[in-house]
Amino acid sequence: MRIVPFIASAVISTGLIVALNTNLLLPAPLGKLLSPQHGVWQNAEPAATDYSANLKFDNLSGKVDVYLDDRLVPHIFAEQENDAYFVQGFLHAKFRLWQMELQVFAAGGRASEIVGEKALDHDREFRRLGMVFAAEIALQEMEKDPVIKSQCDAYTSGVNAFIETLTESSLPLEYKLIGYKPEKWSNLKTSLFLKYMSYDLAGGEDDFEMTNAKSFFNTEDFNKLFPALQDSLDPIIPKGTIFEPQKVFPVVPQIADSVYLNNRDVAFVQSSKPDRDNGSNNWAVSGSKTKSGAPILCNDPHLGLNLPSLWYEIQISVPAFNAYGVSFPGAPGVIIGYNDSCAFGFTNGGRDVRDYYEINFKDDNRQEYSFNGEWLKTKFRIDTIKIKGKPDFVDSVAYVKLGSDWCPVMYDKSFSGGRSTNNKYYAVRWKAHDASNELRIFNMLNHAKNYSDYSAAITNLHTPGQNCVFATKSGDIALRTQGEWPAKWKGQGDFVMPGTDSSFLWQGMIPQDEVPYQYNPERGFVSSANQKPVDDATYPYYLGRDYPEYRGFTINKRLIEMTAITPQDMMALQVDNFDAGAAMAKPFIVANMNEADLNAAEKKYFEILKSWNCRNDVGTTGATVFASFWKSFEETVYDDEYVNAPKHTMRPFFSSLLEEILKDSAYKFIDNVSTEQTETLADAVTTALKKATVELQKIDAAGNLNWDKNKATHINHLAKLAPFSRMNLPIGGGVRNINASKVDHGPSWRMVISLTAETEAYGVYPGGQSGNPGSKYYDSFVDDWAAGKYYSLWMMTKEQTGDKRILAKMSFSK
Amino acid sequence: MKFTISFILTALLSFGFCLFMPWWTIAIAAFIVAVLIPQKPGKAFLTAFIALFILWGGLSFWISNNNDHILAHKVSQVILQMDNPYVLILATALVGALVGGFAALSGSYLRSSKQK
Repeated sequence: MRIVPFIASAVISTGLIVALNTNLLLPAPLGKLLSPQHGVWQNAEPAATDYSANLKFDNLSGKVDVYLDDRLVPHIFAEQENDAYFVQGFLHAKFRLWQMELQVFAAGGRASEIVGEKALDHDREFRRLGMVFAAEIALQEMEKDPVIKSQCDAYTSGVNAFIETLTESSLPLEYKLIGYKPEKWSNLKTSLFLKYMSYDLAGGEDDFEMTNAKSFFNTEDFNKLFPALQDSLDPIIPKGTIFEPQKVFPVVPQIADSVYLNNRDVAFVQSSKPDRDNGSNNWAVSGSKTKSGAPILCNDPHLGLNLPSLWYEIQISVPAFNAYGVSFPGAPGVIIGYNDSCAFGFTNGGRDVRDYYEINFKDDNRQEYSFNGEWLKTKFRIDTIKIKGKPDFVDSVAYVKLGSDWCPVMYDKSFSGGRSTNNKYYAVRWKAHDASNELRIFNMLNHAKNYSDYSAAITNLHTPGQNCVFATKSGDIALRTQGEWPAKWKGQGDFVMPGTDSSFLWQGMIPQDEVPYQYNPERGFVSSANQKPVDDATYPYYLGRDYPEYRGFTINKRLIEMTAITPQDMMALQVDNFDAGAAMAKPFIVANMNEADLNAAEKKYFEILKSWNCRNDVGTTGATVFASFWKSFEETVYDDEYVNAPKHTMRPFFSSLLEEILKDSAYKFIDNVSTEQTETLADAVTTALKKATVELQKIDAAGNLNWDKNKATHINHLAKLAPFSRMNLPIGGGVRNINASKVDHGPSWRMVISLTAETEAYGVYPGGQSGNPGSKYYDSFVDDWAAGKYYSLWMMTKEQTGDKRILAKMSFSK
Repeated sequence: MKFTISFILTALLSFGFCLFMPWWTIAIAAFIVAVLIPQKPGKAFLTAFIALFILWGGLSFWISNNNDHILAHKVSQVILQMDNPYVLILATALVGALVGGFAALSGSYLRSSKQK
């Protein structure tokens, strides 16, 4: 009888299959994952992949030819414009589907569905900020516009056409490893993606930290710690510019002094935030300053660095226009780039358009709230958050109407960013909740032929507000600090505001004809680097306190000096590592150091600092010493003042300390209040170096004194899988350098466009065209980006179909 | 002779099934071959084990080699916590071989139990 062994072996086989097909016994379904015909091996793209294809889709109305070049950049030639967006959607999905979906899940507060409970706080935070609410409002606005609606529809059906081709084996690698499947795309997802950019670029605020600082320090000290104006500011729109007469007059509430500006209430809320250095550089020089006589436009947006990259390079050629540049996987059109007539780019406006109001509910049921002396009814939005491997989490968020705007009560007793002990209610008024149609801008810019087309296009941009640079082949240059900005009174929105009556609400928007801009200025260039847009002394509206100013300072100084500029000069400027802030600080550090008090180790680092050229180049040690010194110096100066400060109290900006000392070497906070004697600047500088030496010796011992080693710039995979990331890149730069390459943040796309008769264009981004970690195109640009090299951008013509750069042709038709 | 035919048939059938069906149909392939071509249980196990070891090992090596091992370098770190494409290929071959082997063993026992 062989029945017993048969049953035994059958049970073993079945058990083996179950174990290898699920996560029940093993951490991963190894059979499924390793099957050469289904699993991860299917994502090992042959080095010599032929991407050629002949595809037919009913949604197309004409023929589309796509030529993929040797960097895998698609050159799309379509007879019908919307067909081009269909194909763009198809290609975005083909090369970046997992990333597109992940970004949208993160934006809409659905990350828990993929990664489980650890993302629940993130999901609640994003939903409570009203991300989905905002995306729904924006979608309505987009779909009212027939041009944008059909553009989005075509894009969405292109993405879905690709998703439909997917089989178990062709699923992108990350879906297999994490174990889930893609959903259908929708226009709402495109809208959500755009709101994610709004969050990243226009979601920043320090209202709670500033509220705590205000409550802790007296007014005089507060103003010294957080000055509204920086001395070294060279604004985007130069000082002395005459603005349109003021038409909106925001009225300071009569009770502002007592209940707001001098109120000493402490607010304990600490939430996750977009990177405060989300910034960028852009500039355009007119023909009078260039060697060729044609304008040159440059842009490098600084954003979080990830793999797959935020950007996807593309050429779209349709009868109405021919555009090249980078696109967002998730949205149609070219976002930053150029066409046959002009070039365009963006830096972040960085103004505070997200403010908090303290709400007074009748009771904890949150059914009614007090406003202008009445009890008003709340609306609720019930969010069901699905969690991988756990029951759903149901969150109810109250929405209150403040004036004419419904605002989510983001923080309440059940949620305050996960780190609060507070029991108050805070509603958020965020500009990104307002209806607007941002895709319109890119659609119109792609079509733009001249300055008036540009103006008409960008005035559609409400949020996130951007400094939009522009240049044409006909010789125009322009830059507009575009956005729909609340007209604020001085100090409005710096702190949490009372939400019980309309007096503290935004009272209107700055009229579009009062938005500062420059068009063919005499100095021969326009530029922006996230510094304050205008000089406070002459512009009537309040613009907030915190703007980075040193990159702009360096760029303007250099552009003023430069003549006969070539595209190569501009590339060198984009990767320049000079630290203007350090150069201003170094003289007083050197002059005040008590050298006699230093031991041998401290002397060694002091000598390195003294001989440093204030450049954060690869291999320099001075930048590491300065960074470490400055950190200790800030602690030496301020820590004693902050000993008793509430948790999450705002710390002064780099520029505050630097500029106060340049003005007054007896800066009040230098004295350590916990000691008997009165410390001087020399004491503080020397103490700081001694403290820094302890840290520097550790860094030195680990062999990381070189700036690039110490900084260790890396580009993380979006799911933070280390083998799919690029670590320890040899690249200089830093926060105050034009080359703002920081640890995991920096120039996400560098572009230089010379608008000569035949456009000369260069660009590079830290990633690769394919989002597949198993493809050689996954990170193929990273090393060249780190080395400061550029690729020549090829605006292909229909006559060049035989060019040797072409790798493959994909034909799309009905 | 039976070994050679079983070996070739198991590999071919497994490859063919996996073109259209889930990965675990290699077990069905190995099982069917073991039922159709009677071999001693130990030999049946070994035949399918070697057939799947060579099929899965060979396929993954061929794919990985064409890919310059880009994916295997990365995925071996994710799955096996070590950077070694060949260990990933070996793991693949073993997974296939074990499943195929035990399925063939079951098939062989079924066949021999029927004969009794």
